Amino acid sequence: MNLPEANAAAELAAAIASGDRAAIAGALNLLDDRRPDARAKATALLAHLQRAQDHATGQLIGITGPPGAGKSTLSAALIRVWRQRGLRVAVLAVDPSSPISGGALLGDRVRMQTSADDDGVFVRSLSNRGQFGGLSAEVWPMSIVLLAGFDIVLIETVGVGQREVDIARLCDTTCYVAQPGSGDSVQFLKAGILEVPHILVVNKDDMGAVARRTLAELGAALTRTHPDGHWQVPVLATSAASGTGVEALADVMQQHYELLRSQQQLAARRRRYQSYWLHKRLQDEFGSFGIERLGGEKALLAELEAQDMNLFEQYAALRQRLCSAPSATGK
Amino acid sequence: MSQATVKRDHPWLMRTYSGHSSARASNELYRTNLSRGQTGLSVAFDLPTQTGYDSDHPLARGEVGKVGVPINHIGDMEALFDQIPLGQMNTSMTINATAPWLLALYIAVAERQGVDPAALQGTTQNDVLKEFLSRGTYIFPPQPSVRLTTDLITYTVQHIPKWNPTNICSYHLQEAGATPTQELAFALSTATAILDAVRDSGQIPAERFPAVVGRISFFVNAGIRFVEETCKLRAFGRMWDTLARERYGVSDPKQRLFRYGVQVNSLGLTESQPENNVQRIVLEMLAVTLSKNARARAIQLPAWNEALGLPRPWDQQWALRMQQVLALETDLLEYGDVLDGSPVIEAKVQELIDGALAEIAQVDAHGGMVACIDNGYVKRELVQSHTRRMRNIESGELQIVGVNCYQESAESPLTAGEESGIMKVDERAEREQIASLQAFRAQRDSTKVAQALQQLRSAAAGGSNIMPPSIECARAGVTTGEWSAVLREVFGEYRAPTGIDIAPLNLAGSDALEQVRARVRCTGEELGRPLRLLIGKPGLDGHSNGAEQIAVKGRDAGFEIVYEGIRLTPAQIARAAQEEGVHLIGLSVLSGSHLELVEDILSEMKTAGIADIPLVIGGIIPAEDARRLQAQGLKAVFTPKDIDMNVIMDTMVTIIRAANGLDPAA
Ligand code: B12
Ligand SMILES: Nc1nc2c(ncn2[C@@H]2O[C@H](COP(=O)(O)OP(=O)(O)O)[C@@H](O)[C@H]2O)c(=O)[nH]1
Ligand SMILES: [Mg+2]
Repeated sequence: MNLPEANAAAELAAAIASGDRAAIAGALNLLDDRRPDARAKATALLAHLQRAQDHATGQLIGITGPPGAGKSTLSAALIRVWRQRGLRVAVLAVDPSSPISGGALLGDRVRMQTSADDDGVFVRSLSNRGQFGGLSAEVWPMSIVLLAGFDIVLIETVGVGQREVDIARLCDTTCYVAQPGSGDSVQFLKAGILEVPHILVVNKDDMGAVARRTLAELGAALTRTHPDGHWQVPVLATSAASGTGVEALADVMQQHYELLRSQQQLAARRRRYQSYWLHKRLQDEFGSFGIERLGGEKALLAELEAQDMNLFEQYAALRQRLCSAPSATGK
Repeated sequence: MSQATVKRDHPWLMRTYSGHSSARASNELYRTNLSRGQTGLSVAFDLPTQTGYDSDHPLARGEVGKVGVPINHIGDMEALFDQIPLGQMNTSMTINATAPWLLALYIAVAERQGVDPAALQGTTQNDVLKEFLSRGTYIFPPQPSVRLTTDLITYTVQHIPKWNPTNICSYHLQEAGATPTQELAFALSTATAILDAVRDSGQIPAERFPAVVGRISFFVNAGIRFVEETCKLRAFGRMWDTLARERYGVSDPKQRLFRYGVQVNSLGLTESQPENNVQRIVLEMLAVTLSKNARARAIQLPAWNEALGLPRPWDQQWALRMQQVLALETDLLEYGDVLDGSPVIEAKVQELIDGALAEIAQVDAHGGMVACIDNGYVKRELVQSHTRRMRNIESGELQIVGVNCYQESAESPLTAGEESGIMKVDERAEREQIASLQAFRAQRDSTKVAQALQQLRSAAAGGSNIMPPSIECARAGVTTGEWSAVLREVFGEYRAPTGIDIAPLNLAGSDALEQVRARVRCTGEELGRPLRLLIGKPGLDGHSNGAEQIAVKGRDAGFEIVYEGIRLTPAQIARAAQEEGVHLIGLSVLSGSHLELVEDILSEMKTAGIADIPLVIGGIIPAEDARRLQAQGLKAVFTPKDIDMNVIMDTMVTIIRAANGLDPAA
């Protein structure tokens, strides 16, 4: 890394931390950009952000659930509560892209509609671009940037219960939003297809009896103690439409965050997200065969978690290793 | 046979939908039209009035007096009907979210003219559900909107018995792409949703309910496929009769009549070879007059220059003359129903009824019409149909003369004139209106105003009928913006679903589409990330068709599309463009306020530090304005004649390439 580039990265990192919207938008564009010179700049930027933050500021919240459950509307309601509490909020909203054209309609903003003069909110939509099993590959690197500039980073993603790439593996706190009257969520939970979230929400409480019933069923299907340990999964009723239950939801999100902090788990968790992200990227690119050549999933994750973090550097190094290693199947 | 011996039916009511600049200017226009044989009034309000803003509100900038008349208070309303005796007039007002307010003003003016409000005749459109689906001048969420609608209905049924309190509109649904079956189904579902709400409000005793059903009228569209359209109207009549009898137990056949007015199709009127629109309009008028048993009560026609801009008085006169020729010169009105007994017609009517019943069942399965607003079901269906229509035009399957066939033309003398064939609204109108509004505010009794608004607030929050306190507000000199602001506070504001999240229609894609896709993909790769496009609808403009179709097409061409629906401020658009990191901003403006809005957006973009993002615009943009916009830095201006959306997509890729230092030709 040359000096001017490092200086530019330092400046950009400082601007992000100060909440400069243009800088934040520019950094997100940079992280999205796959061209080599952009990657070099992004690497430099991440080096700065990671050093400065040690990954342990801000809260990274994942909100997932079936389409139409009210995730975006609920996010908007949460944003209002957080803003009243003086917290700065960024949102990454992930929508599916068309497998045919690669294009996408990024529609979550419509529901989130925030005031044009509130600098404490920032929304970036992403399409999953057919990669990363429904979660955009940009989510983690972008989260690093946003965590530097905001108190809360909220990731909205459609999840109908695929275990493989769960948002849970990239977030401090995951919240699953269920649709009243739909048995799917209950089935997925029972069958273990759905990773147990930290918080379970049945939205649209204003629908009355049907919402109450789903609430009861989900409560019954759930193992109350989260596999992380020390956390009893709350099952909450909200109405994003009328605002009921939203303050309570924000409260338990805060409690979970405080638990992680008191256990001093945040930094370690975020290393895990990053290792997971790297592993996933490599797997997408090189298949499980590539992962085997790096020593297999378990060893690789352990190796990555032990290292000092720099996302794109680590990534480049591992790619390099894979591309230059003599092929096991050689002639 | 000499004409004198033949018994002719009475012609329908002939209207011209008009209003512009100011109450005074519109009043002059109305009096001229009445003296030329027009038999009713049809008032067009400007967008701030329709969306509940005073003329001096920041969101009203550029929109005051443009597409209709600004009415801020009783003084404006009084000027609008100066020397027009309301006791004898039949006035139709195209007003929805603010309908209770405009009716309140009308009643207050009648009082001042010494006319008993009970004698008033006319119509308030007052169908807010279709505003969410097509027309775009909604304000409050669906539930309180329906409540205002029902308050107006129950009030007039009790106090102004000859008033048509609501005009259930399928017109606007066709303009948003609806097929005849969808028009039938969604309009009838709307009617039952509203009537159910009136019934459930408990404001009307059961024995009077048939009278309410009898007051419901419709506002229907007629497209160029005029045989099918005639059948649609016969189907409407039959289905309404059945509904009224079976669902609401109406025994008097008169109260089950399908009473409707018409504006014929405007979506199919073209910018290219606009003279052909005259033939289209006349044929469409046949659809709603031919069959005596399904004949329209009132007709208003668009003008030949519909797709160019606002009509001038002469253009409107021409449209009125079309009606007069049909009613007075032809023998149409001398016969009974000329289609009765035709098995072909009968079969088509039945087919439409069956299709509509199936679609009504779908609406019910999705929770009924009110629920379908918020869950987006109906809006998606409309966008889907419109997408199909656009694709058929593009492929040539749907032929439009002068657009995708027979495009060659001699030079037209119609568009050669100095005003290039459209009306220009005097730019001073906005300033003068604001000045007069401020003068009005200064001279009124502010204690009375505050008291009236307080009563309005308690009625809104408490649930008693909104009309009496609204009439009190009108008398006290409350303004449109003040009336609406109180209700905004009580009910909240709403953004409707955009309906663009539909599955791709043409999976394989045409060659042209494949080529654009490849170019979008390659350019994205060269720029390091997929191309992103923000489609913005600034201002109060509700014309969403173009934006929706560009959004869907853009997705199908491989763009990542950010589109947040109608009525955004320039600041919101600039902010979204920055947050989303888009490669291009495309505005869609059909309201005529493009010059003011573009100026504001350019300045917001500068403030946000994104002046380097290329900006394009589409919509109703006269050639002279297009040149001005391009001089301000806009990279392209698209109008309705740019019917091939693959070409539009391709142009946008070229613009993005040029803006990012890539070879634009590659
Ligand atoms: C359909 C229509 C309606 C529908 C709209 C339904 C909807 N949801 O969109 C309804 C019936 C609701 C309606 C209502 C009104 N309308 Co109207 N309407 C039309 C009409 C007939 C067609 C517009 C249309 O949808 N065309 C189809 C679409 C696909 O075409 P398009 O938008 O032009 O888009 C194409 C290009 O322009 C371009 N493009 C457009 N946007 C963009 C954006 C980008 C990014 C790009 C790249 C390209 C692009 O690409 C598209 C593909 O070819 C026009 C006249 C006409 N024939 O053009 C009048 C017209 C636009 N309406 C008009 C008026 C006045 C009104 C009202 C305000 C009347 C009133 N006083 O109440 C109301 C209120 C609407 C509101 N809330 O703002 C006027 C506007 C006058 C002016 N600009 O000077 C027009 C021109 C008619 C007239 N001559 O009077 N209308
Ligand atoms: N009745 C009710 N509807 C809601 C509520 N929250 C969201 N919705 C509606 O549910 C639909 C889907 O909402 P959206 O936020 O887009 O869901 P997402 O797909 O999960 O992001 C919309 O029509 C919302 O208006 C709620 O609390 N009550
Ligand atoms: Mg969503």
